Amino acid sequence: MKLDADLIWHDDFTHDAYDAVILPGGFSFGDHLRGGIIAAYSPSMKIVREMAEKGKPVLGICNGFQTLIEAGLLPGALLRNSTLKFVCRWTDLRVRNRTSAFSCSFANDAVVRMPIAHNEGRFYADDELLDQLESENRVVLEYADENPTGTSRGIVAVSNEKGNVVGMMPHPERASDIALGGIDGLKVFESMLEWAAC
Amino acid sequence: MVNQVFSVEVAISNKPQARDPEGETIVRDLIHKSGFDSVKEVRAGKLLAIKLEAKDEEEARRKVMTMCNDLRLYNPVAHSINVRVRQEP
Repeated sequence: MKLDADLIWHDDFTHDAYDAVILPGGFSFGDHLRGGIIAAYSPSMKIVREMAEKGKPVLGICNGFQTLIEAGLLPGALLRNSTLKFVCRWTDLRVRNRTSAFSCSFANDAVVRMPIAHNEGRFYADDELLDQLESENRVVLEYADENPTGTSRGIVAVSNEKGNVVGMMPHPERASDIALGGIDGLKVFESMLEWAAC
Repeated sequence: MVNQVFSVEVAISNKPQARDPEGETIVRDLIHKSGFDSVKEVRAGKLLAIKLEAKDEEEARRKVMTMCNDLRLYNPVAHSINVRVRQEP
């Protein structure tokens, strides 16, 4: 897969010159107060918001997912894992939605393997919000089997209403090369390329 | 009216339906194991102690509530907050 990409420091992301943007994982601002909340106030988020409003693909992975939630671009909350442990392992995931910008290339009901690595990734929403997300087809990925972090209904990835903004706790970039242990994550990025045509 | 300094404490904790595994662990694995059977529940959370200037207690509380809601000092989907105002001596 050939993609032209730039790695940009958030302070240098000052105008929308791209077709898509990915907010990676990490520990921005030390997770102080709450994962992603201080990053949500970075001036770069203004550009991310503009791109989201224009319908461009916007992906948040792990800390990026937290940032998108705290910036109001995605619903719900990401709390401390119910086990209170940093969970770092490969997980089996079911693709629930094939209309989002980052899942449209997957096969129907695909079960894929990607690693998770986080302490604060328990997706939570109350029943009313969960029912709404289900009925609007905005649940993108869920644990296929075990739920090692205690997320609501096993959910690990959701989208906005238009489907162009997605947040996911698992790391597709760490499942994109045989040398890393698997390539199921590649389809997340293929989806981004094909989304306009999906 | 002259501004005074107020200490406002914001306690942020998980709503009951979001579960509180930290509080549960503290009760089960620390408190009950040490024999304090009378403890029914512990809720763990985060405390923000905010010192600010305001003309009175009501304004101090209002400013802090505005910050809590507008700046998302807590996530209303999963957290509840308890706000307490003290006037600095």
